[in-house]
This record gives sequence, structure tokens and C-alpha cells, in this order.
Amino acid sequence: MSDTHAESALATAFVRKDMLPEREPPVAEKGAVKWLRENLFSSVLNSILTVLSVFVIYWVLSHVLGWIFYGIWDADSLTQCREIRDERYGEGMEVACWAVLTDRWDQLTFGFYPSELYWRPVLALILFLGAIAPVLYAELPRKLLAFTAASPFILYWLLWGGSIWGPIAVAAGFIIAWLVFKTAVPIIGQLGAIIATVVVPILYWMFLAGPLAGVIDGILPIGIEYVPSDDFGGFMLAFVIGIAGIILSLPLGVVLALGRQSDLFIINKFSVIFIEVIRGVPLIVWLFTASLLLNYFLPPGTNFDLMLRVIIMVTLFSSAYIAEVVRGGLAALPRGQYEGADSLGLDYWQSMRLIILPQALKISIPGIVSTFIGLFKDTTLVVFIGLLDPIGFSNAIRASTDWNGVYWELFIFIGLCFFISCYSMSRYSQYLERKLRTDHR
Amino acid sequence: MATYTDPPTESFRLSQLIYDTRYRSMTIQVVAFILVMLALVILARNVVINLGALGKDFDFGFLFNRAGYDINQRLIEYSNDSTHGRAALVGILNTLLVAFLGCIMATILGVFAGVLRLSNNWLVAKLMSVYVEGFRNIPLLLWIIVIFAIMTESTPQPRDFRGEDAEASMLLFDSVAITNRGIFIPAPVWGDGTLLVVAVFLASLVGIWAFRRYARKRQEATGDILPVFWVSLGLFIIPTLAVYLAFSAAIARDQYPLVAVGAEQGMTLEDYVAENRNPAICALPSTAGVNLSSALRGLDQRADILRVGSAAELQASVASGDCIIAAMPPDMVDEFTGAVDGVEVATLADTVDRGRPLQFERPQLAGFNFEGGVQLRNSLIALWFALSLYTGAFIAEIVRAGILSVSRGQTEASYALGLRPNRTMNLVILPQALRVIIPPLISQYLNLTKNSSLAIAVGYMDVRSTLGGITINQTGRELEGMLLLGLFYLLTSLIISGVMNIYNNSVKLKER
Amino acid sequence: MKKSVFLGTLAVAGLAAGFASAQTLAEVQERGALNCGVTTGLTGFAAPDANGEWAGFDVAICRAVAAAVLGDPMAVEFVPTTGQTRFTALASGEIDVLARNTTWTFSRDVDLSFEFVGVNYYDGQGFMVPRDLGVSSAMELDGATVCIQTGTTTELNLADFFASNNMSYEPVPIETNAEAQQQYLAGACDVYTTDASGLAATRATFEDPSAHVVLPEIISKEPLGPLVRHGDNEWGDIVRWTLNGLISAEELGITSANVMELAAGTENPEINRMLGTEGELGAMLGLESDWLVNVISSVGNYGEIFEGNIGENTPIGLARGLNAQWTDGGLLYSPPFR
Repeated sequence: MSDTHAESALATAFVRKDMLPEREPPVAEKGAVKWLRENLFSSVLNSILTVLSVFVIYWVLSHVLGWIFYGIWDADSLTQCREIRDERYGEGMEVACWAVLTDRWDQLTFGFYPSELYWRPVLALILFLGAIAPVLYAELPRKLLAFTAASPFILYWLLWGGSIWGPIAVAAGFIIAWLVFKTAVPIIGQLGAIIATVVVPILYWMFLAGPLAGVIDGILPIGIEYVPSDDFGGFMLAFVIGIAGIILSLPLGVVLALGRQSDLFIINKFSVIFIEVIRGVPLIVWLFTASLLLNYFLPPGTNFDLMLRVIIMVTLFSSAYIAEVVRGGLAALPRGQYEGADSLGLDYWQSMRLIILPQALKISIPGIVSTFIGLFKDTTLVVFIGLLDPIGFSNAIRASTDWNGVYWELFIFIGLCFFISCYSMSRYSQYLERKLRTDHR
Repeated sequence: MATYTDPPTESFRLSQLIYDTRYRSMTIQVVAFILVMLALVILARNVVINLGALGKDFDFGFLFNRAGYDINQRLIEYSNDSTHGRAALVGILNTLLVAFLGCIMATILGVFAGVLRLSNNWLVAKLMSVYVEGFRNIPLLLWIIVIFAIMTESTPQPRDFRGEDAEASMLLFDSVAITNRGIFIPAPVWGDGTLLVVAVFLASLVGIWAFRRYARKRQEATGDILPVFWVSLGLFIIPTLAVYLAFSAAIARDQYPLVAVGAEQGMTLEDYVAENRNPAICALPSTAGVNLSSALRGLDQRADILRVGSAAELQASVASGDCIIAAMPPDMVDEFTGAVDGVEVATLADTVDRGRPLQFERPQLAGFNFEGGVQLRNSLIALWFALSLYTGAFIAEIVRAGILSVSRGQTEASYALGLRPNRTMNLVILPQALRVIIPPLISQYLNLTKNSSLAIAVGYMDVRSTLGGITINQTGRELEGMLLLGLFYLLTSLIISGVMNIYNNSVKLKER
Repeated sequence: MKKSVFLGTLAVAGLAAGFASAQTLAEVQERGALNCGVTTGLTGFAAPDANGEWAGFDVAICRAVAAAVLGDPMAVEFVPTTGQTRFTALASGEIDVLARNTTWTFSRDVDLSFEFVGVNYYDGQGFMVPRDLGVSSAMELDGATVCIQTGTTTELNLADFFASNNMSYEPVPIETNAEAQQQYLAGACDVYTTDASGLAATRATFEDPSAHVVLPEIISKEPLGPLVRHGDNEWGDIVRWTLNGLISAEELGITSANVMELAAGTENPEINRMLGTEGELGAMLGLESDWLVNVISSVGNYGEIFEGNIGENTPIGLARGLNAQWTDGGLLYSPPFR
């Protein structure tokens, strides 16, 4: 039976020796059509959504594109803009008057900063990017961190100018602190050394740093032109407040996070109260506090300028948020890391410095970056206390007779600038998150 | 065998405070405590000295002084004769209102955008990405200003509604007007028989609750699933509506006479208001007042409705001249013939409808603006939209992450058990996703509430603008004002996070 | 490292700390610049131009005081202030003088402890409406929606005006003049109310000014003037007499063009006293004898400032009105320099 079967099979066997040529896929399954079918019209609901979206996009663009692209770039005032518009396009057509941006570009970016010194904020920004690079990219050599440590003083000096000896005298306080710590530990033990490390530099800053800087400056005057804070404005102001806030709040935030994780009852409770009070109240209230109330809390007679007050307030504000981010990082570390550090016989500070914080901070970086984005956006609130940030300038510009009545152009420009900065930062943070995730797998 | 000896009982030495770990933590805490207290004392001392130098004191008495300024949106009675404290209260309520509305809408928008961003429709997913990234990366303040401006520029002015061939028209049978001063919607007014309708409504709510209980019991016992949704919906609407309609049919067309101060007997309303323009009116029940004011607006008159609760109040208002036209039940008219407490009154020829148990007062164009109904001011809507859109973008990301965090196997397992897609969503996916979503959602709600303090950018009178703005500015009490403001926000934040944490605990995985 | 950064800034902040005391004049001279509080932007009164220089009617007062005290009208640090922050900025010593169209009222003078040194602009609150609204008097505004800037006396005046005339209104509070203008033009309010000068300035920059009218009623007195802190009378005198000097200079015909010539000595003893060729008026204030020469040569007299910033030849086009010299029927009346 099987034979017959095999025989008959053999008789009728046909084996193809060569491959058939590939056939074109059906029209509906290839190229643009397939993509459209799969991505836009896969179901009735999807088709409706697609049509609706196309309509929305068309409606928005048809109203906006002409206004944007027919915009006028060369005029000295809004009146002139309108004349040019009527001349070019006839009466009744609405077009943008971008000339306000070209006319007031300097103010929107640098405020009243002297125009011959624009290189200083630009250089400061480049230096800042260089300084945070080793923090953000772990591949870079660790020695660059020394530059990062020095950068706040360099940036301060570049932006505000004045004698170089001021920032140096202040920086010297940290070297003194380090020396005190090194010499004191063998003599009075660690706790005493820490207290001395805190107390000695503060005494130095309070009583010695100022006169010292003055004396050296008298002997060897090195300095660049001083620029008062009142001259800061526009996007530069937003950057300075945002960056200063985040840099200064990092150490404070880490300390607060450690405090909140601490077993010491009083320190824990103080940290919790501080963090919750700061986070429970909106930034705008804190800014008003900086503007209206800080003078009440300072020693009588002391008075320093609004921008520094704002930076202090913003620093305290973001330190509470950073503390929560870092706390998340600390909590995310496996318990074994803490126990491992203890079993090696490291004391609290050593284990924090060498084992816990490096890991916790690394996983906190995306959170820190998004805190920074939030803070950077929130710098716009300073307009309510009279600082001329970009939105503040949009009001001041519209108060001049030349540009009274300009509206959308300024806001679109400001929005676009914020979008570019914040979006690139958030992309970076997402990239970092992906990278960190693979590390754990 | 080891011999244990007692540790040497050495006396306490001062250096142990530093070197001995048993005492060291106590030392550190005491030092920290002293330092913090010292700092607080110094701050307090500075405040006292500085206040003294400026000749100011620390006193909350200003809260009881006359405020002198007006607030447009007030949820409670307020006029410029009220106190600063009351102005602050009006502001607090406004803040809470916009925060509440904002949280609801932000959640809806966020869920919507988060789900659509995962849609397999490329265009929709991209549009949602544009929305989310656009709102996340541009400051909220800018959005608030821009949305406010878009709303005022793109909606018609009230006077565009005027005339024969008006440029704009009202929606939904002339009951809703969208203008650039806000959206005017009908306002509910309670008339006679309201109590009955409300009682029926409450009874049907109890009915729904009982039915749901029964349905669940039955499902657990037998596995049958009753159409809970449709039955609930039916119970929710039908009894109340039936009673309302029946009652309306019975009383709505009753005619109530009008009594006017200083009128001649049998005068028409039109003749009367020709002499007494924009009259103040009062009525029993309130729905008759609504019908009267609507009639007056038809005559191009504005009418101030004085709310009265009883016949005695009505009489007193007429006698004192607070209202000059009164609508009332026919059996009360006798008391009003001739004179009320010496004020000459007479019955007009016109009458008004008694009105339904619940009637909606429609907005009507009168004078410069729409009158009647409820005005949702542009400032409220702009702030509400801006806050919801902004927070919604953040919530969308949270929702997306929450949905992605539930593994695909859960859906497949649920299908394998034979659950339908919507039940899979309700019973399997959502409960798991919610656990991931809720903690960050709480902090978004907190952010929204705090961000509502930007209200001043659109002139919405929240607590920051009243207590923290005009009041501080007029009284010069910045220390007291900011302190109260900070306390209010702190308290609100703590309450919101407390309530949400309770909820969070209830949906949390119950671990051993 | 991180910790050090934080402490460093505290120290830097400490270094930057200055001292506010009663000796404002000495402080300003030591600093070499006058800190002058202005608005964040009000057409004609204070706004930065394309070169970042502040200009306007209030700004000129700052420049005049700087010229008097430091001899240099450009030695001014302008501190923009909002309606809400202005008084604290002055009280805390952040600014030396506030020239921000601020109304002189009893409570500000007495309760908030400031010293108004005079009036540089007599203003009053008015109303502007679109012409096609058909309103010709503020008495017809019952039920109107009114745009108003918050943080000023205008809110209180408005409430009083409508209450006393038994009318109702709907206030739409707005933070800045620029925003209020946008709202008004879009028709979100029927009426825009602020100081009459502000109304005129705003109206002047509209695309079609003739489509809007300023109603005849002025519902309040708004004497706007520069102010200083209580307690430093020497400094108050300097600002007061600088303002008086500007006004007297116009009355006596001293202009920026002829002041140098007149400073050489004239027949008129009052001019001589003002310009320092006779008497010791400058020294009595603790200033140079030619202080007013500096002021007038750099910013001009009151009339020149007015005409240059808000007068009829500018786009704003305000008439002198109440702000004419008393000899011309106005209210400007400077006490004599004697």
C-alpha cells in the first residue's frame, strides 16, 4: 500500500527547482498607502480622529502662517510697521511686526547690561556649560570637577565684575575650612573638627575677608568693570536666577535630604518642617516675601539688592524640591549598600561620601534636571516684584510710545525661547533616564 | 571558659559628649536645636527692631476695617463696605473654586491626552505630543496671559449681540451667551414646590444605592449581571422629572399680581417703568421675580432683584423703598392695597407667571452687558483653562507611564479568563495603573493649587490678589498679610495631601 | 564642594550688603549713583528706549536730582517697581527717591511714613470709552464693565464714585497698563479708567485714536509727586527744592539753552540766588553752589521736561491744563528761593 502510494507520488511529483520571483505586495500593503492605513485609518474611530486632527491643524496654520511669514522685520516703531504693512499688502491685512524683536533684541536678551560687555555673560554661559559637563557626563575625567568647584566664583566675577580679590577672598575661606579640618581632626577629633570647620571660615568671612580683599586690591588692583544687578534683565536674568538657584540649592538640598533620612529626632523634624513649609507655599508668595519682607528679618540697617534677595529665596525654595528628589534617590538604593558601608567600619560621613551619595545623586540627576526646568520656567514670576525678566521687558517695551500696542510678537518670541531651552533640557533628562535604566539591568 | 567582668563604672566625663557614640547624637541634636532656636530668636528680634524703626506694629486689626474696594467674582455676600477679612475670605473661596475646577478638568484632559498619546493613530499621537511638550516647556505665566488674550480676542463683545442682524447670537435656545467678558449661563432659581422635588430626588438617590447593593449581592450569589448603569440612570432622572413636570403643569401658569410704589391703580408695567427706570424689585416666590425681571428686560430695563424669604420681609422691603415693584400671591394683595406703612402702592394691570418649582433665569442683554443668569467670567475661565491645560500635560505623562507600567500579560490573562475589554480595563488594568498614577497625581494637584496664585495675571481675584494684593497695598500690612497668605496655602496643601494620601492608602497593594 | 558653594554665596551676599541710614545724601554721593524707583513702564512717564536708556516725565525728576546731587544726570540706577513693591522698596532703603506717578494721600504720608516733597503732575481719574458706545457722561455708566489697574488708589476712587452715584459696575482688575489696554481694545470692558494723563497717553498710541473719547468727568484729585522716606529731612529738602527749582526756572524763564549765560550773573536777584552767583543756597542744602545750573542744563526746566515727554508736540499730546504755571492759570507754584 505504501509502495503504491509512493509510486504514484513519484509519478506525479513536481519539484520546483528555482524560486519564484518576489511579487509586488498588494497596493494596500506597501509604501505610503500601507503607512496611511495602519497609522491613520486603521478603524472608523481612527479615521474620524485623523480627519478631525487634519482639520484642526489646517485651521490653525491657515490663520497663523500668513501672519507670521508676511511679518515685517524692518521698522522703528509700530506706526511705521503699520505704514509699511498698508503700503505692501493694502489696508486690512493683519501681519506680524517682528521689527520689535530686532529693535529690542539687546534688551530682551541682556537687559540693560552694557553692550560693550556682552561677551561676559556669553562667556559665563559657556563656562557654566563646561563646568556642569563633568557632573552630567560621567565619561569626562574627574579632575575637571576642580574647575566645577571654582566656577561659581568665576561666574560671579564675570557677571558682576569688580575687583577679582573679592571672589578670591571668599573662595579662600573654603581653603581655610579645608586646612582647619585637616589639622583639627587629629587634635580635637572629628566632631570638634567639623564644628571648627564651620565656625572658623564664617568668622573669617564676617571679619577678615572684606578688609583683606580691600587691602590686596589696594596693592594690586586687578578687576573688570563692575555691573550692578539693576542692569541685569531679559533672558540673562532668567538664566542667572535659575542657574544660581539650582547650583546653590544642590548642597543645601542634599543636606536637607540627609536630615530627613536621619535617625536623629530633632534634626529629622526640623528638616521635615522646613521642606514641607517651603513646598506648601507657592513661589510667588516667597518672592513677595523676598521683595517685601526680607528686610524685616535682616539685621537693622542691612540692605542688599533685590536680585540677591530673590536668588536667596529661589535657592531656599528649590532646595526643598531638590531634597525630595535626593531623598527619592537615597530611598531607591538597596538597603545592602548602607549595611555594606557599615560593615566596612565606615562612619556616617564616610559612608555617605564614599558609598551612598555618589550612587544616590547619580540616579537623582533626571529629577534634578526636571526641577531645574521647573525653576527656570518659574523665574518668569519675578515680573510680579518688578524685576525685568523677558515678560517684564515685554511690558516695559510696550510702554514706550514706539511699541505701544505690540502684543503677540513678543509673547511668541519669549515662548519660543523658553521652549527651546526647556525642551532640550528635558530631552537630555530623558536620555539620561534611559541610560541609567540600562545600567540597572 | 571566659570570665565576664563588669565594664569599669567610670564616672561621666565631659569629653564623652563628643567621643562616645552613646551621647554624641544627643550632643549633635542639642547643638542643632540651640542653633535653630537662636536663629529664630535673632530673626524675631530683627523683626521687632525693624518694625519699631518703621513705626509699625504687629496687629491683625486691619482685617476688621472697611476694605473699600470691589471684587467682581464673589461667592459670598461682599461689597466695598465689607471688611478686609471678608475680602480675604472671598479671595480664599475664589482660589478654592478655581483649584477645584482645575483639578477636575486637568485630570480629564490628562487622562485623555495620556491615552491618546499611546494611540496607534500617528497623527493624533503626534498632536498630543505637541500639546504635552508645548505646555510642559513654556512657563505657565505665559500660557495664562496668552489664553486670556486669545479668549478676549476671539469671542464677541456683548454689544455684538444687539440689533436685528446681530453679529453674534446666543446658543442653546437663547440661554447661553459666550462673550469676551465671560460665558453667561442660566441660573437655577428655586420656586414653590422645590422641597417636594428635592425630596423625590433624594429618595431616588437612596433607591439607586439600594439597587446597586442588591445587584452586587445577586452577582456574587448567582453570577448574573444586572444592567446597573441604565437602571441607575433611569432612577436618577425619571422620578424627579415626573414630579417636576406634574407640579409645573399644576402651578406654573398661575398669574401673580404686581404691586408698585407710587403707581396709579391699573397702570401697565410699561407705563410705570417709563417713569421709574431700572426699578428694584422683590417677589414671592423668587421665580415670579425672575419672570418679572425678564419682562422688564424685554422693556429694556435693568432690574435689581432683592431676595426676600417671607411675606413680612416683602412688606418691609416695600415699606422701606428697597424695592418698588413687588410680585406676590393673589391672596396677599389685600394687605398691599392703598398703603403699606404709609407708602402709597397700587396694583398694576399686568401680572406675571408664578413659575415652576425650579426655574432657570436666562441671561438677557440689558444696558452694557448681559444681566441675569450666572456669569463665568473670562478671568475665571482663562485661569481655569490655563491651569488645567498646563497641569493636564503633566498628568498625561503620569497616566501614560501608569498605563505602560501594567504589563501586557495582565490584559492577555484577563482576556483568557473571558472578560470583555471594558471589564478588563475597569477591573484589571485601571486598578493596577492607578497605584502608579496616584502619588504623582497628588503632587500635581498641589502644584495646580499653588499655581492658582498667578491669578493676578488675568485679574482673577483670588486670595493672593485680595489679601496678598490690594489689602496689603492699601493698609501697608505686608508682614501680617503675607503671613496669613502663607498659612492659608500651607494649610490647603497639607489638607489636600492628607486627603489624597488616605485615598492612596486605600488603593495601595495590601502587603503582609 | 557643594556645601562650599552655598556658603560662598552667603558670604558674597554679605559683602554686597550695604547700610541704609538717615544720611541719604552722603550715601548717594559715596555710591556715585542715585537709586531711583520708577514704574516698570508707563507711556510718557517712564520707559526704556531702544538703547536701554530710561526716558519719560518721572525719569526726568530722577535725572534732575542726580544732576543736583552728583552733577551728572546719567548717574542714576533705575529700579523698576510695581504698584505693590514701590513703598517697601522706598521704606527699606533700596531706593533713595520714588518717582512713580504716586498719588499724595493722607495715609501714605502719615500712616506709611513717607514724605511727599511736592507735586510734579496734577492729575485726576477719568474714563475712556469707545466713541460708538454712545456715552457722553460718566453718569450714564450704570452697569458698565470697567477695566482698572490694581494696586492703586483708582480702585478706591472707582468704588466710591459708583457707590455715591448709586450705580452698579463690574470691575475687571488688570495688573499692567499694557494688559488693560489690550483688554479694553478687545471690548472686554466698556470703560477704561485710570489717571487722565494715562488715558491720554494710552489713547494716543491707538491705531485709531479718534474712535475713543475721554469722558469729561474727573472723579478724583490725583496729585502725583516724588516721595522720600520720613526721617531724613536734609534729603527731603534736596528733592523738594530740586523740583521747586525746575518749576521756578520755568517761571523765571531759565531754560537749558540760556542757563549758562544767566549763570554768569543777571539783574534778577532770585535768578542769581538760584544759580549760585549770589548767596549760599547750595551750601545750605549741602550741595555745590551751581547745583541748579547742573539740573537745568541737563534736563531743562519744568516746561521743557513737560513738552519733551508728554506735551502737545509728543505723540501723547497732553495740554498743560492744571499743570501750567500759576501765572498762566495753572496750579504750579513754587515757593520763592530766598
